[in-house]
Amino acid sequence: MLIDAINGIIRTITKGSKAYKIWVGVLLLLAAIGISFVVKQASEGLIVTNMRNQVSWGWYIANFTFLVGVAAAAVVLVIPYYVYKYKPIGNIVLIGEVMAVAAVSMCLMFILLDMGSPERFWHLIPGLGIFNFPQSILTWDVVVLNLYLFLNLFLVIYALARIYAGKSYKTGFIWPFIIFSIPAAISIHTVTAFLYAGLPSRPFWNAAILAPRFIASAFSSGPAFMLIIFQIIRKRTKLEITDESLFKVAELITWAMAFNLFFLIAEIYKEAYSATDHIASLNYLYYGLRGHDRLVPWIWTAVIFNSIAFLILLIPTLRKSFIPLNVACVLIFIGVYIEKGIGLVFPGFIPGTLGEIYEYFPNSLELWISVGVWSIGLLIFTLFAKVAIAIKTGEIGHANPAEH
Amino acid sequence: MSEDINGKNKGSLTRRKFLAGLTAGAAALALPAGNADAYMVEEYFRQHFKRLSKDDLKDILKKMEDELSFKYGKKITVKATPPMDDVVFGYALDLSRCIGCRRCIYACVKENNLSRNPQIHWIKVLEFEKENKKWQSLEHTNRYYNPETVPEEGRYYVPVQCQQCKNPPCVKVCPVRATWKEPDGIVVVDYNWCIGCRFCMAACPYGARNFNWGRPYVPKEEINPNMHYLGNRPQYKGTVGKCTFCIQRSRVGRYTACVEICPVGARKFGNLLDPKSEIRYILEHLKVFRLKEDLNTNPKFFYFFSLGRPVKR
Repeated sequence: MLIDAINGIIRTITKGSKAYKIWVGVLLLLAAIGISFVVKQASEGLIVTNMRNQVSWGWYIANFTFLVGVAAAAVVLVIPYYVYKYKPIGNIVLIGEVMAVAAVSMCLMFILLDMGSPERFWHLIPGLGIFNFPQSILTWDVVVLNLYLFLNLFLVIYALARIYAGKSYKTGFIWPFIIFSIPAAISIHTVTAFLYAGLPSRPFWNAAILAPRFIASAFSSGPAFMLIIFQIIRKRTKLEITDESLFKVAELITWAMAFNLFFLIAEIYKEAYSATDHIASLNYLYYGLRGHDRLVPWIWTAVIFNSIAFLILLIPTLRKSFIPLNVACVLIFIGVYIEKGIGLVFPGFIPGTLGEIYEYFPNSLELWISVGVWSIGLLIFTLFAKVAIAIKTGEIGHANPAEH
Repeated sequence: MSEDINGKNKGSLTRRKFLAGLTAGAAALALPAGNADAYMVEEYFRQHFKRLSKDDLKDILKKMEDELSFKYGKKITVKATPPMDDVVFGYALDLSRCIGCRRCIYACVKENNLSRNPQIHWIKVLEFEKENKKWQSLEHTNRYYNPETVPEEGRYYVPVQCQQCKNPPCVKVCPVRATWKEPDGIVVVDYNWCIGCRFCMAACPYGARNFNWGRPYVPKEEINPNMHYLGNRPQYKGTVGKCTFCIQRSRVGRYTACVEICPVGARKFGNLLDPKSEIRYILEHLKVFRLKEDLNTNPKFFYFFSLGRPVKR
C-alpha cells in the first residue's frame, strides 16, 4: 500500500501536460540561478547585498513578512468550511493548506538567507543551544511558524491519507487540530508584527496598529493569490471548484481590504495630526525626506492599486465577474507585496536611530536570490498540490467518488 | 592560512600539540581530521561562553592564542579576565570640549582589532549645527562632515558609541542570548555564539551594534596582541560586534583607548560604585544628560558641558 502510494506520487509528479513540464522546468532553472547567487553570498558574506548597518534588514525580511501573511491566509478558507460547514469551499481548503505549507517553507528559507551565520542554527535548538524564550519575541516566531508548518502538514497529509485509502474524511479526531489552526494562523502574523512593534527604537514600527494591519493585509493578499491559483487549478485539473465558493472568498477579501485601508488611514492620521519627530519615516515613505524619495513611487503605486481593487470588489456585479475580480486580485497582490515588503521594512530604518538616511533598495543579487526562493516555494506548491488533487479526484488511490 | 611555506610548517608543528586531543574527537565525527579542520570542528561545536567550564575555557583560550598567533605571525594572548568586585563602569563625555577630530574612532579601531576593509567603526561622531532648532534630536546630525579643520564655527560634536544600558534592548531581543550584560555593566557579545540575525541592531536606539557584512580584515602588522574573549579578538564574518568599554583594558584597571587618545580630555571613565571616582564627581557636580532617556534604556554613558559652568572646588 505504501509502495503503491509512493509509486503513485512519483507517477503524478513526473507526468503531466506540456505546460506543466515547462512550468516545472522554468522553476527549476530559476531556483538553480538563485542558488548560484546563494553560494556567492555564503562565501563573501551579506556584504554582497545592499544591506548595511543603517538598514540592517532588507528585501529578505520583507519577503519573509509578506509570506507569513500568505501562509496565515489559509485560515480564511478553513474558517467557513469547518466552522460553518460551508460545503462549496471544501475542495479548496486542502489546496489552501498546501499553500500554507509552501509559504511557511519560503519564510524559513528567507530567514536562513538573512542570517549572517546560518550554519550556527543549532544554537537555537532548545537543549543543544540556548532558546531565549519567552524573552526574545523572535523565539516566539520560531515556535509559532514551526508549529503552523507541522500543523498544516499534518492536517493535509491526514486528510489525503484517508481519502487515498477510500475512507471518508472524518473530522472527529482532528477537529481540535482544525480549530487550533485558526488561532495558530492569526498567531504567526501577530507575532511577526510584534517583532517590529516591540521596538521603541524604531517609531515607524512601534505602533499598536501594526498587528491588526498585518492581519488585514494578509487576509486580503493571501486569498487574492489563492483565487487566481484556484482558477488555474480548476481549468487544468479535474478538481471541481464552484464559482460560488470563489465568490465567497472574494467577499472575504473585500472586507479584509476595507479594514486594511481603514487601519492605514488611522495610522496616517495619528502621525500626521500629531506631527512629532516620529513622522520622519512616514514622510520618507510617502513624500521623501531631505531630498531622498526612493520609495515614494512604490508606496503610491501600492496605495492606488489597493484602493482601485477595493472599489472593484465593493461592487457586487464586478466582484462576481471574473475579469474585474482577477484584475482586483492581481492589484491587491502587488499592492500588499509592496506595502508589506518595501513599505514596511525599509522605512523602519530610514532615518536611522542616529538620524542618518541610507537609501536602501535591493540589488540584483538579492532579487535573484528571492526569485530562487519563490521558485522553490512554487515548486513545493505545484508538486504537493498536484499530488493532493490526484488523490482527491481518484486518479491515484481509492477515493470514494461520493466524497468529492 | 599562510602563503609562507616555512611559516605554515612551523605553524602546523606548534599546533599539533594542542590539537592532539581534538583530532580524536573530529575523527569520531568522521570529519576531515586536518589540524585546521579540527580547530574549525571544535569551534563549530563550542558551547556558549557562560556554559564553558573553567577547564574548557582555559583550553579554548590556549587554542585560540595558538591559532591567532599563527595567523598573525606574532605572540597573541587571549584572556577572559572576569569582572572586578564592586565595579560598575560608567562613562561621561564633555560636549563642550569635544572638537570632532575623530581620533577616538581610529584609536578604537586599532585597539579593538576592527576590520579595516570593510571598515568597521564602533564610535560615530555626529556633527550638530548650533542654529539647529533642536538640541537633542539626532535627526539633523551629520556623520560625514569633512572640513579642512575641526572644530568648525557654529558646530558641536556628539560622539556616540554603545551606551552600556542598564536595561539593554539588544539583550532582550537576542534569540540565543549571544549578548548579555556582565556584572560590571558591560554589554558583551559571544562572537562564537551570535547567529547574525541582527534583531539587536533593529532594537538598539543608538546605532551601537555593528555587523560584519564581509570577512573582517586586520593587517598582520597592525594587530593588537592583547585580546579578551568577549572584547577585541578579531571578529567573524556574519556576526555582530560592539564597544565593550575596552574590556581587555578596563578589567585590568586601564582607561579605554578612546579615553587615552582624546586630545582635549573630553572623555571620562571610571567606577560608578566608587564615591571618589572622577565619574562620580561629574555626575554629582555637573548637569549631565543621557541620549533618548524616554526609552528607559538607562544608559551608563553620560554627556555633559563643563565649560561656562565652572566646577565648584
